[in-house]
Amino acid sequence: MAIIERPSSTPTATTEYVTPSASMGFLRRPVETSGWKSWAFTVDHKKIGIMYGVVAMLFFFVGGLEAVLIRAQLAQADGTILSADKYNQMFTMHATTMIFLFVMPMAAAFANYMIPLQIGARDVAFPRLNALSLWTFVFGGIFLNTSWVLGGAADGGWFMYAPNSSVPFSPTNGVDFWVLGLLITGIASQVGAINLIVTCLNMRAPGMSLMRMPIFTWMAMVVQFLLLFAIPVITVALFLLMFQRNFDATFFSVEEGADPLLWQHLFWIFGHPEVYIIVLPAFGIISEVLPTFARKPLFGYPFVVFSGAAIGFVGFGVWAHHMFAAGLGPISVAVFSVATMAIAVPTGVKIINWTLTLWGGKLWFTTAMLFAIGLIVQFTIGGLSGVTHAVAPSDTQQTDTYYIVAHFHYVIFGGAVLGLFAGIYYWWPKVFGKMLNENWGRANFWFMIIGMNLTFGPMHIIGLQGQPRRMYVWTENRAGEGFFNLGFWNLVSTVGTVILAIGALLFLVNVWVSRKNPPAPEDPWDARSLEWLTTSPPKEHNFDRTPTVHALDEFFHRKYEDVGENGQHDFKKVATAEELLAEEEANADAHIHLPSPSYWPIVLAFSMPVLAYGIIYSTLLIIVGAAIAILALFGWALEPPTAPEDDFDPPSPTDGGEPSKELVTSV
Amino acid sequence: MSDATVNPPATAEPVHDDTIPEGYDDTQDHIGLPHDTSTGLSNTKLAMWMFLGSECLLFGGLISTYMLYRNRQGDAVGPDQLWDIPFTSATSFVLLMSSLTMVLAVTSAQRRDERRARLWLVVTALLGGLFLSGQVYEFTVFYREGLGYTTSLFASSFYTLTGFHGVHVAVGIIMLLSLVAMLAKNRIVGDKAETIEMVGLYWHFVDVVWIVIFTLVYLIPA
Repeated sequence: MAIIERPSSTPTATTEYVTPSASMGFLRRPVETSGWKSWAFTVDHKKIGIMYGVVAMLFFFVGGLEAVLIRAQLAQADGTILSADKYNQMFTMHATTMIFLFVMPMAAAFANYMIPLQIGARDVAFPRLNALSLWTFVFGGIFLNTSWVLGGAADGGWFMYAPNSSVPFSPTNGVDFWVLGLLITGIASQVGAINLIVTCLNMRAPGMSLMRMPIFTWMAMVVQFLLLFAIPVITVALFLLMFQRNFDATFFSVEEGADPLLWQHLFWIFGHPEVYIIVLPAFGIISEVLPTFARKPLFGYPFVVFSGAAIGFVGFGVWAHHMFAAGLGPISVAVFSVATMAIAVPTGVKIINWTLTLWGGKLWFTTAMLFAIGLIVQFTIGGLSGVTHAVAPSDTQQTDTYYIVAHFHYVIFGGAVLGLFAGIYYWWPKVFGKMLNENWGRANFWFMIIGMNLTFGPMHIIGLQGQPRRMYVWTENRAGEGFFNLGFWNLVSTVGTVILAIGALLFLVNVWVSRKNPPAPEDPWDARSLEWLTTSPPKEHNFDRTPTVHALDEFFHRKYEDVGENGQHDFKKVATAEELLAEEEANADAHIHLPSPSYWPIVLAFSMPVLAYGIIYSTLLIIVGAAIAILALFGWALEPPTAPEDDFDPPSPTDGGEPSKELVTSV
Repeated sequence: MSDATVNPPATAEPVHDDTIPEGYDDTQDHIGLPHDTSTGLSNTKLAMWMFLGSECLLFGGLISTYMLYRNRQGDAVGPDQLWDIPFTSATSFVLLMSSLTMVLAVTSAQRRDERRARLWLVVTALLGGLFLSGQVYEFTVFYREGLGYTTSLFASSFYTLTGFHGVHVAVGIIMLLSLVAMLAKNRIVGDKAETIEMVGLYWHFVDVVWIVIFTLVYLIPA
């Protein structure tokens, strides 16, 4: 709300004196501060972050259900639960949902919520664009999943190799939904990337130099750069596939002389940076969690920062290792093989840094810490099998087997998902003002960690035995004997999936049992970075006083004083979080300008699925969608980002001269 | 965060004095803009540069696709039978000149000569429209000579690449004309000169991409 107010300890009910003015002559600006409208039209990065998280979690369970069905089908030889066709749709949508609709938006949830708080800003650089990102992702995700009831989902695998994804091989509209859905969610990522990069570079509080930025913000910023340059490439690929399927172009028709490698190159130039887009936010999260619970600063902060940036750069030069079996020729294979081994180095640097952060620390095994340590262990296993793929001859043996599936689940589940859960447990009290239950949390962790190892561990064996990926049945005939019996390990893997699913459900149980927990302390973990220098949950304007930053781990240094002598460090607590917050409140900034809510982001986002349905079904819908989009774009352009002063009524006499409710006419 | 803005020295010679309103303080317009940010660049400008950076990759992908397929027309018409270099050079020249008029619009706006800025914006939009008309004419001629969108891989990739560029020009024209209308109705929020400069950045980018496309698609012999 564009209320200019003096923050006070009493909650300010802004609706009392705000009346909207017309925007574009016919729509009044939304002013609700409660109810669904306060969420649907909000531009507050915190509310947007929460909504990102909730929707992503929803898709996590959709994708999880798909995974359970896949494993149920493969539990025994010649499974009959899914048809071949449904199985193809299931694994395609499992991967698509987990990557594009769970991990990326969940990371976006943290980035949205935490970046402004960690750099001492009141919001992101472009609050309305932020809302656009959210709703574009939500509508894109829903659009993608409506394909289940509109003739069947996409069935070409998440990489959607052309020409296998062109009409003769995939005649339903599933691939069209997939193409258009990813174009829509791509817009969300692209807009979000620009917004968050500008936020990180431009909105930092005084003293917050780049090398004082909390490590999560750093990693999130690297991810936004990866998105910025990776998304346009897949956009090209998706457009080409759309023209191929819907407008009879022949970009991928080999019989017309097309090159089938074109899709593979375009896809993996996006697809490999995507791997780091998935995992770097989790790296950032545990780089916050580990120092907090080891009670030590992050070991080698600059190394973690620069290795993150190095991963970002090298990540664009290794894509063809996904194509070793495609016949690129020895020189290409050798170059990409070496580059792939090289990228293991900065990743290894990070693992060393995390381990040395733990070394000699006073470890506090909270649930968040367990998830963070789980990431180090599980990701390292996935990283090691990754190095075996980097060796091209070895990779040729493993291509298209379950060994690959084992590898990428160890890095994606063991890396990204465990890291995201660490973040959820760590920041839950910050976001919601109450703790999650630690006992349920530990159960959540152990079920997930045991479940994932039972699910994905056996896949190494299954894969080296030669069971191919993406096959909807396996047969008893070649199942092997004794320890290497496919039947046994497939069953173990399915049992593991059930345990993993229970683990995931335990998280929901935990949220439910924790809903009435008492308010959490302001600083429950004795944390280190700037987002804790505000109340939990943070006030709408984030910080009472724009913080001035003097050091890395600013919040820690405000609480602790170095009393060590002769070059030794010995930190003594000099202030509690409550005292620091009281001081901030006493010295609050007088005038705080916050951006105003708007209808246009959600309207513009809504036009996109309409356009997409139009491309599949009818030109009429294209016209309707385009009309909505044009209306929204002009409404947006003509609406000031902050409501003008005459949007607000003068203070009512009933305020009794309360300074917090007074409108100020100049900044 | 830089310190408070410093007024330019009073002795600095004012440019086009008559266009600057009485009592105008040059520093006032920038409050909340560049001097408020950590880098000193305004948020919009930084965002526009980021966007254009990612657009490079978009056109990179499309140009690569074209370069891969530029000789794959089978028995159908190929570039050698189609290109009319003098004509396309002329429309390219028109587009490049529109960058000049765009610069004139931005400098006029920076001198607070809004009337002239609007005029140059209209001229820029007209030149862009002239280029687009040339493209439509060219497409029509190619189509009559037998180059449909799905005729060959060369045809599809050529139309996709140049079509994407044409859509970018069209969007630019819409932005230019909207800008003129919003300037006339005084509906622009914040620094007007900077808003014009943002559209200008986009416009120059679209021109620069055309230089690359023109060179790679038309000038390099097939």
